[in-house]
Amino acid sequence: MSLSDWNTLVQGVPTLLSGLWVNVQILLGLIALGFVLGILIALVQVYSPKVPAALAVGYEWFFRGVPEMVLLLLIYFGLRQFHVPITPFIAAVIALGLRSSAYQSQIFRGAIQAVGERQMQAALSIGMTRLQAIRYVILPQALRLSIPPWSNEFSSVLKDTTLASAIGVIEVFRKARFIVGRNYALALPAFMLVALFFLVLTYLGNWLLGVLERRYRIPGFEMRGAGERF
Amino acid sequence: MALLVVEDLHKRYGREEVLRGISLELEKGETKVIIGPSGTGKSTLLRCINRLTEPDRGRIWLDGVEVTSPRTNIYRIRSQIGFVFQDFNLFTHLTALDNVALGLIRVKRVPKREARERALRELERVGLADKADAYPAQLSGGQQQRVSIARALAMDPKLILFDEPTSALDPELIGEVLEVMIELAEGGMTMLVVTHEMGFARAVADEIIFMEHGVIVEQGPPEVLFTNPRVPRTAEFLRKITEFYGKSG
Repeated sequence: MSLSDWNTLVQGVPTLLSGLWVNVQILLGLIALGFVLGILIALVQVYSPKVPAALAVGYEWFFRGVPEMVLLLLIYFGLRQFHVPITPFIAAVIALGLRSSAYQSQIFRGAIQAVGERQMQAALSIGMTRLQAIRYVILPQALRLSIPPWSNEFSSVLKDTTLASAIGVIEVFRKARFIVGRNYALALPAFMLVALFFLVLTYLGNWLLGVLERRYRIPGFEMRGAGERF
Repeated sequence: MALLVVEDLHKRYGREEVLRGISLELEKGETKVIIGPSGTGKSTLLRCINRLTEPDRGRIWLDGVEVTSPRTNIYRIRSQIGFVFQDFNLFTHLTALDNVALGLIRVKRVPKREARERALRELERVGLADKADAYPAQLSGGQQQRVSIARALAMDPKLILFDEPTSALDPELIGEVLEVMIELAEGGMTMLVVTHEMGFARAVADEIIFMEHGVIVEQGPPEVLFTNPRVPRTAEFLRKITEFYGKSG
C-alpha cells in the first residue's frame, strides 16, 4: 500500500464513522421495537387464551423463518408497491425490528416461565390482578433473567444492521464499499476497520449489559458468571 | 351466618374427582385444622376458597359475600383472604419489607411511606424486624415463612388459609413458624390450616377436619377426634400420623 493509499484511508475514517452512526441508529430503533413487541408476544404466548397465543406462535414462526435479507426487501419494496412513502432507513428498522421481536420473544418467554407460576399465584393471592402481577412481580424477575441471553441477540442484531445496505441505506458497510470501489488496494484495511468498529461496539454493548446485570442482581440469589471473572 | 361458608364444593381434574362435595363453616375467630393423606384434595380445597383454582360446583361465602358469584370482585375477596403457601413463595426480587408492603401499595393503594411503616410492624409481629432489608434468598426457610405470614397479615385479612406451612421446613425451623401461628390463633385470627402438625392441632384447633378421597370423613373437637373418633379410619390415620410426626407435633 502506497502512502497515498494510506492517506485516502485516513481521510475516509470520518465518512466511515458517520456511516457507523447510521448503524447505531438502526440498532437502537430495531432493538427498542423488538424489545417492546418481544415482551408482548411472550406475554401473549404464556398467559393469553388459545387463539391469541396461537397467533403469537405463528408470528414468531414467520419472523424467525424468513431470511432477514428477504424480509428487508419484502417490507421495503412491498410497502413501496402500495405507495407507502417509506424510507430505506425506516424499512430497515421495521424489518430488522420485527425479526428481532420474534427472537427476543423467546428469550422473554423462557425467562417468564423460569420465574414460574408460583410467583404468579402468590401475587394473585394478595389480590393483584394478572396485569399487576406481571408488572410488579413477574417482569422485574424475568427481565433480570433475560440479560445474558439478550446479550446474544444484541450482538447478533448489531451486525445485522449492515444488511440495511441492501435496500440502499448508506451505512458503514456501504461507505466502505464506496472507498474500496475507488481503490481496490484499500479492500483489506477498509473492511478490517469496519470489523474493528463492530468489535468495539459489541464490547461496549456487552459491557453495559454486564453493568446492568450486576446493578440489578438479587442479593443471595445469584451465581457469579464469566462476566465477572474476567 | 358464619364468616366462611363452603357448600357442596366439587372439583375435578380430568377423570379424577378431587373434591366430592365438601361443606364446612368457620366462625369468626375460629381455627380449624384439616388433616388427611396426601392427594385427598386438601390443598385444592384451600385454593378453591379464594378461587386460585376455580371450583366446578358448589358455593362459598365470605362474611356474607358470595365468593363464587360471577358478579363478585374476586380480587377484592382475595385481598381479604391471606394465603400461606407450603413453599413460601416470597417475591424473590424484593426485600422482606417490600414483600410485605407490595400488596398494601399496589392493591390497597396505601401511600408508600405508610405502607412501609405498616410492613415493618408486621415484621416485628413475626419477630423479623431486623431482617427487613434481607432478600428471601438470604433468609432461612422458617424466616421466609414468617415473612410470608407477615405479608398475609398486612392486608388485614378476614381469614388466613395455611397450606401445609411447615412441610417444607427443616425440623428445627418448624417451631418458630408454629409459634407465630399459635399466637395468631390465640389473638383471635380466623384460620383454616392444612397440616400434619398434630401438636399444633391439639393446642389451638377448635375443630379437626379429617378428609380423604375428596370428602370429609369426620370432623370434631380435637379431644374427641384424638380419644374417641366415630369412624375407624380416622383412628387409623391419627395413629399413623402421630407415630410418624410424634405426639408433640
